Amino acid sequence: MAKLIPSPPCAGLLPKTIGSLAIREVDVGPITLIAPFSGGGSATSDVLKAEFGFGFPSPNRALGENPRIAWFGLNQALLMGAACPALPQAACVDQSDGWVIVCLEGAKVQDVLARVVPIDLRAPVFKQGHTARTLVGHMHGAVTRMGDQRFELTAMRSMAATLVHELERAALGVSARSSQ
Amino acid sequence: MRIAGKGLNPNAKPLTFTFDGRTYTGLEGDTLASALLANGVRLVGRSFKYHRPRGILTAGSEEPNALVTTGEGPAQDPNQRATTLELYDGLVARSQNAWPSLKYDAMAINDIASPFLSAGFYYKTFMWPQSFWEKLYEPIIRRAAGLGALSGQANEDLYEKVFAHCDVLVIGAGPSGIMAALTAARAGADVILADESSEYGGRLLSETFDVGGQPGANWVADQIAELAAMDNVRLMSRTTVTGAYDQGTFGALEQLNARGGPKECFWRIVCKHSVLCAGALERPIAFPNNDRPGIMMASAVRSYLNRCGVAPGRTVSVFCNNDDAHRTAVDLIDAGVDVAAVIDSRTDAPTMGQYRLIKGGRVIGTKGRHRVTHVSVSTAEGIEHISTDCLAMSGGWNPTVHLTCHMNGRPDWNDAVLSFVPGENAVPNMSVAGSAAGHMSTLACLTSGAEIGADVARGLCLSPKVVVPTAEDAPYRIEALWQVEGKGRKWLDFQNDVHVKDVQLAAQENFRSVEHMKRYTTQGMATDQGKNSNVQALAVLADATGRGIPDTGTTTFRPPYVPVSIGAMGAGGQGKGFAPERLTTSHQASVDRGAPMIEAGLWYRPSYFPKPTETTWLDSCNREVGYVRNAVGVCDVSTLGKIDIQGPDAAAFLDFVYCNTFSTLKENRVRYGLMLREDGHVMDDGTTARIGPNHYVMTTTTAAAGQVMTHLEWVAQALRPDLNVRFASVTEHWAQFAIAGSKARELLNTMLDDPIDDDQWPFMSCGVVSLGGVSARLFRISFSGEHAYELAVPARFGASLFRQLVAQAEGMGGGAYGMEALNVLRIEKGFITHAEIHGRITAFDLGLDRLVSQKKDCIGNAASRREGLLAPQREQLVGLKPVDKAGKMTAGAHLFGNGADAVSANDQGYVTSVCFSPTLGHSIGMGFLIDGPNRIGERIQLVDHMRDVQTLCEVCSPVFFDPDGGRARG
Repeated sequence: MAKLIPSPPCAGLLPKTIGSLAIREVDVGPITLIAPFSGGGSATSDVLKAEFGFGFPSPNRALGENPRIAWFGLNQALLMGAACPALPQAACVDQSDGWVIVCLEGAKVQDVLARVVPIDLRAPVFKQGHTARTLVGHMHGAVTRMGDQRFELTAMRSMAATLVHELERAALGVSARSSQ
Repeated sequence: MRIAGKGLNPNAKPLTFTFDGRTYTGLEGDTLASALLANGVRLVGRSFKYHRPRGILTAGSEEPNALVTTGEGPAQDPNQRATTLELYDGLVARSQNAWPSLKYDAMAINDIASPFLSAGFYYKTFMWPQSFWEKLYEPIIRRAAGLGALSGQANEDLYEKVFAHCDVLVIGAGPSGIMAALTAARAGADVILADESSEYGGRLLSETFDVGGQPGANWVADQIAELAAMDNVRLMSRTTVTGAYDQGTFGALEQLNARGGPKECFWRIVCKHSVLCAGALERPIAFPNNDRPGIMMASAVRSYLNRCGVAPGRTVSVFCNNDDAHRTAVDLIDAGVDVAAVIDSRTDAPTMGQYRLIKGGRVIGTKGRHRVTHVSVSTAEGIEHISTDCLAMSGGWNPTVHLTCHMNGRPDWNDAVLSFVPGENAVPNMSVAGSAAGHMSTLACLTSGAEIGADVARGLCLSPKVVVPTAEDAPYRIEALWQVEGKGRKWLDFQNDVHVKDVQLAAQENFRSVEHMKRYTTQGMATDQGKNSNVQALAVLADATGRGIPDTGTTTFRPPYVPVSIGAMGAGGQGKGFAPERLTTSHQASVDRGAPMIEAGLWYRPSYFPKPTETTWLDSCNREVGYVRNAVGVCDVSTLGKIDIQGPDAAAFLDFVYCNTFSTLKENRVRYGLMLREDGHVMDDGTTARIGPNHYVMTTTTAAAGQVMTHLEWVAQALRPDLNVRFASVTEHWAQFAIAGSKARELLNTMLDDPIDDDQWPFMSCGVVSLGGVSARLFRISFSGEHAYELAVPARFGASLFRQLVAQAEGMGGGAYGMEALNVLRIEKGFITHAEIHGRITAFDLGLDRLVSQKKDCIGNAASRREGLLAPQREQLVGLKPVDKAGKMTAGAHLFGNGADAVSANDQGYVTSVCFSPTLGHSIGMGFLIDGPNRIGERIQLVDHMRDVQTLCEVCSPVFFDPDGGRARG
């Protein structure tokens, strides 16, 4: 009989503090990709609203805290932190183990992110609750603002080591400048 | 020499540095150039081609002469401009392009031979014999000519690449840049102010002008303090904006004065508006022997004097055609330095101070080998020789239009400033202010900066106020003077050793277009990109061709504005940063077992799992093949693409993207599928399982997973938006392992919560199983031809499951197998990979023509039936085995008829995959052969010209092992 032991994507890699930046892995619990079928958007949104208090998010927006939902591409959103309710009008795909999510927090977090994420993350432009599918270094991923000095990055699980490597490098560059 | 009391930083600390092995002392705030001048060092380099002695010409990034190398070993950094290189304690710099020493350079013989080395001489002289050019002439010429060199070792310095975003990017922090930034920022715009210097202020730091009733430098300090205190302003010193690109994106190179931290940072700045305040560059005058050390730009002399407190000479002369340069004499006299004369080519030149003015004079020659000692001046009275150790020259100012030309804009000639000014709307949303736009007085610069800053702010719906301080507003008086007649070479491009005669020769040889002249002479190439020489060279060309300068036009200013090291552009790309690594959940276990990992796309997969007694990879591979053929093997196949497909029209969608039919597939069953491109050739293959009425899981090959996903998106969005279907990659969610061999089910049953049997789980079935309470997916499919399964669990359990599967397999006489064994197993069975479906192959070529269903339409169906794609002349898939069992086979070899010459006219096909089959005891291969399936049994010659292999082979079925497939089904 198999006895399977789970291991998180960043096992042995995180947490880390570099300069003023803290990087830790986030276990958001179950992750379900929800993609409403044609014409099924509002029905899907209604079920979500009844269940969690938030509907299907607009592009580049994240709703809720825990559980929460984040736009994740054309007609797609990730529901995180709760089992997905029955959504007959949507494709629901379990991706709980597909993504690595890391939280970056610190006074210089935007300076670190500017080294790996090409999009405009200035506070007036990219506010709390904003999310975007974008590049994280060489990787496809997503970035979400969780607070003034706190962001979450999502990348493919298999690239967890590369993600940590890229963030370490970026954070080291920032901290080397701060110590000048 | 240092002038007491002069310079912006009177309390600067001393710093020690070395140049060419000699130790000197400089001051904090110095550049290497100012420190060398302060120490009386005039000779700093040798010219590119003729190895002429050269000194410091400018005080900025346009410097063509004073290029040095810093750093040792891998950190060696060549071609650094001494004029922008900030001095630091312990700096070690070396001169370049001189041997054995800067003072006595053997290659200076080139200068004596210069009549033979004029522009274009290479092309005329080294024509024959043809092969000598590459092997003899070019290497010799390259060795003799050149700048600094890289070390040839991998650079371990840290470089960075950073993105930045703003409303307004102000390029240059001189008077106009500061005003533009202040006006926009005070109105509330998000502003980045970038300047290439270590200090903000531009020319205000180098001149003695007052602004707003206080010294210029003090005014600058106040404004910068105000900007620095604003949250909406980012100040970027030592940052040169190097290029203008689409969508308001600019490249910028930041030099970091940080020892131990990042060395350089390449910025990509995205802005809504940009304001170019890059100022203007003073241009030299082409008079005979105008390149001797000690001959400098007049504005540079003022910079060194007023900013650094260094006088570049004891007895200075000035040669000019404009009022501005007279201030050099005034400032020098104020500082107590002798001024021998101001030689102004204008007969009506005004006197601006207590110095000797030679009106209508021209410098027609200079003397001094390693530094200028005399100048010869032609005056109305005759020729006069003036003793001087520094000649400050000024031919006027060229607005720095470069960035406005990066998107194909052309500058316009302006007669008032006798230079080019930026064209209208040359770069979208870029405005140009200050002397970059041709405004030459300080007040005009301040005013244009403020007004443009306000314009930009208004464009952002803000309400700016324009407040301009008082400043000098002298008119810009200049008279054209491009070259001076006289004996000796009149240098235009100091960096490339191009002189007036070279340009005239280009015109004479009919290279009359400015772009042709540039290529013929090399004028305007290399690291300074013609910053000093362009306008004069054009003027000379215009004169030689009888055209005006506006008609002659300019060459194209291309990015980068200053050299950008590859290290900065490729920052983060060193070592592991080159590409992301995709690691499977079994990665650590494979590494722990000593498996060499090989790349498959971005994935890393184990090649084989060596045992201590094995000496070659083949030993391991053969053993692992034996596991699968005789017991059970375990292999991580998570890297294959897995795409979840759902929706009411999922079946119809699959029927459209696959050439065979999936709507007829029963639930809990798996089918092999072949996918064609729109041109009818094979894109990819794999299995697709139906796990619910409207729910499928498609697998793709590892290599084509991304391509297939993109293809599905394209089909769904562009070709069949009528189909209600959704799909998502689940490659990363599932860790999937092949369990293959006659004991596969036995192994599985030691792991599963509920054992399986053949009735419930026949070949090509699939379903959900449970492992220690964890829900998993099981597929009975085989890529080895054996009784086999693929077991998928959520990735968090992958590492744990792999270790347990391998441990169980080892207990049954089997174990883990890697890519080598996987490859052998599939070749023995004639299964294809992208070695076969390489992009030029059709289903017909593979013998899978009947898979292209004619009962429905699919992508590539019609195109696959085009005439010629179904003809027997096509090369079709066959198996190959050596007639002599010891015969060697290689993938990539070509096939020729037995006895035919192995030349391309006789080419019959090629070999795609080859392995040694431990099961059969000899090499086997797959390949494509003209009319192959009808030539089974025929003998054919395998020839590999590259590896010198020639083997007689027999054509056979590509299925070498278990042709009826009983083992997989049983």
